[in-house]
Amino acid sequence: MSRLKFDKKICASCETYDCLVKCRYQYLDLEKAKEERWKLIKGEDSIVLTDCVTCYSCEEYCSYGNHPFYQIVDLQEEKGIYPAPKPITNQQIKSVAPIGKRKAEELDDPVVSLCAFPEAKRSLKGNFFDGPPSFIGRDYFCNLMYLHFGKSSVIKERLPRIIDNIWNDKMSKSESKELLCYHDECFGTFTSWAPAYDIDVPFKPIYFYEYLYNQLRENADHINPLNSKVAYQRPCSNRLCPEQQHWVDDIFELVGVERVKRQFDRDEALCCGSILRMQGRDDLAHDLQKKNIEDMVAADVEFCVFNCPFCYYTLSEMVKEKNIKPIMMVDLCNLAWGDPKK
Amino acid sequence: MGNVYNSLVEIVGAEYVSNQPEETFFYSRDPGLSEPHNPDFVVMPKTTEEVQKIVLLANQEKIPIVPMGGSLTLSGLCIPLKNGIVLDLKRMNHILEINEQSRYALVEAGVSHGVLQSYLNRKHPRLMHSAPDAPPMNTVAGNVAIHGSGHLSQETGFHSEMVQGLEVVLPTGEICYTGSCSVVPKWFARAPLPDLAGLFLGWLGTTGIMTKLSIRLYPKPLKKDVLMFVTENPDYMPDIIYNVTETKMAEDVNLFAQPKPDWAEGFQHTVINITGNSEEEMSFKRRLIRRSLHKYIHNKVGGFMFVLPMIKPGMMEAPMRTLSNFADVEKGGGFEYIGVIIPTENFPILYRDAIQIAEKYRPKWSIMCRVIGRGHSMMFSYAWPFNRADPDDMEMAKKALHESNISGLKSGGVIWKPEVEGQRMMMEAMDPHTLKLLQTIKKTLDPNGIMNPGNWEAK
Repeated sequence: MSRLKFDKKICASCETYDCLVKCRYQYLDLEKAKEERWKLIKGEDSIVLTDCVTCYSCEEYCSYGNHPFYQIVDLQEEKGIYPAPKPITNQQIKSVAPIGKRKAEELDDPVVSLCAFPEAKRSLKGNFFDGPPSFIGRDYFCNLMYLHFGKSSVIKERLPRIIDNIWNDKMSKSESKELLCYHDECFGTFTSWAPAYDIDVPFKPIYFYEYLYNQLRENADHINPLNSKVAYQRPCSNRLCPEQQHWVDDIFELVGVERVKRQFDRDEALCCGSILRMQGRDDLAHDLQKKNIEDMVAADVEFCVFNCPFCYYTLSEMVKEKNIKPIMMVDLCNLAWGDPKK
Repeated sequence: MGNVYNSLVEIVGAEYVSNQPEETFFYSRDPGLSEPHNPDFVVMPKTTEEVQKIVLLANQEKIPIVPMGGSLTLSGLCIPLKNGIVLDLKRMNHILEINEQSRYALVEAGVSHGVLQSYLNRKHPRLMHSAPDAPPMNTVAGNVAIHGSGHLSQETGFHSEMVQGLEVVLPTGEICYTGSCSVVPKWFARAPLPDLAGLFLGWLGTTGIMTKLSIRLYPKPLKKDVLMFVTENPDYMPDIIYNVTETKMAEDVNLFAQPKPDWAEGFQHTVINITGNSEEEMSFKRRLIRRSLHKYIHNKVGGFMFVLPMIKPGMMEAPMRTLSNFADVEKGGGFEYIGVIIPTENFPILYRDAIQIAEKYRPKWSIMCRVIGRGHSMMFSYAWPFNRADPDDMEMAKKALHESNISGLKSGGVIWKPEVEGQRMMMEAMDPHTLKLLQTIKKTLDPNGIMNPGNWEAK
């Protein structure tokens, strides 16, 4: 049985309904949650299907390791209850469809997948990195984002081909067969989603922060502690690989920053709002962004640190307005990387 | 002709007159589909008085005279159809006055939009003008003469509506003023006088030569942003425009549809530019605009695309360089950019027609529209590049132009900056009394028929 398969029996025996009660975006009390839970089990129409913002959090909130989110997404597609307006969904599906612009090359380790974010390449040429080989583009894009659009079928259709492209064009000749995944979403796709659907992943995905951490540790004498307070914007895609969360704290410790205690961090992290905007939930996006940034301001942070480029695109200007510096994690490491201590 | 040449040299100096083929060649054509015609002379005057002397000479010798700004209409409006003199006004390039308080610029006829924009940015950073999406060398005077539009037209109308006063050399040589400047030495309004500016706007240089004009300036906001609403059904567009413009929150509203890149094919994109002086104001405007389209989002038939921050600057720049880049995508030196001014409710008819024509004749095309005056009308344009060196491609482009003109008129529009054939179609469709009035005015102002002959001429 697939690891991500929703288990109706487990769900039926649950009495906490954490997946729904803890949801930050649907305000269901215990009674209502119980009622909607049954509808999900039976595959019936439910307010959960229409109101879900597709943040993946329920996967993490379920105390039994069940997969309520995948049941929700599958039902959304089955019933045609799509979270986003149709033109937006259709355009998104077109916009990163594979186009056959592939380039086979022999790359030295470590190889980095930059997903579909060309501007991320800039970060790999700072003090910290010496421009490791990377690849990018629609023929190598993981496609997991379509979970946000209730379109699992697109992922199922494209992912086997994408993995083949990555292997044949970029990884088969790599010595270590290890692929650094810049974005949580790629890592989650290759380590969790693909195996769950029996899609073979012939290379070994490595969480990008693990690599960053090891590099920093091995070169500790290059690091000038930043002595700053930071807020971390945990991306929704990290909910697909929550076991990797600790790397954030580990890196922060090495570069000498304090991850402030604030309300909307870790399990309580809020969506950046980009997906909500595309779904047309503007008022909700506005409220979340306001709460999230006010929370950062109250904690008096100097930096807001991002992993997901989309979160960065969405929130960077807003945090700047509040005199908080937006920065990607790899750039924070670049900033801390100085001359070797004499 | 030798006498004329010598007389022109006497007026502007030998350096600024030419009858040499290597120079007249460039004045015989534009990048559009109109046939070339060689001028006999090209003259570049520096002052209104020089223009006046040239016009008097042309009258005396009965030589056609064609005023020219940037020559970017793409519909042959500065091509000397009956030869004669092309009057290139680019040397008349002085910005004479910026009135900060009453917000207008008084410029000579050769001042380009690029120069005015750059000047304002440097010297008057709190003011802006409405820039058309054309290469920056297009002139302010040339653009108002064709009823051009630009980045502030959604709020304030066609550029010709922003004109506050004109200095014109009449076809018979008199220097004449319209607007407040004809009474007092300030160029601040056309009202409350009889509106004589209308005798020169939209006439394509057939009733006189604008030598100076005053154009409105506007407060320049500190912040800009852009929203993009996406739909798959053109029938929604009139209502979308109505709702967005009803908020009064948008500075500029444009639409585009094109087959490339692939993500754009099959969609209508409404590009909504907003501006403001604080994040609070911007946020308020964004929310009101988003709410105005809520019913489309609720029904899942329209939504706001996530515009990547690296794409935004290109979408917010004025003029947008992407249009100029598209003009040369065929690398064949040909670009047709024609337009129809339509009532907004007629958008769906014209949109479907335009796509049909484009798919029939042009592999690369783009439809671009600008909402004018909060939705009173739209400038609906078709654009396609073509390869001038390929006769078959030229032929297909000509057919596309012809059918677009027919479609524009049939769908209830009026052809914008029409080439001679488009003018003929409009005059055929025109109320006969209006046509008679048009011809009477033209004949009265230009008894010798020297001004840009071939244009606005009824058979």
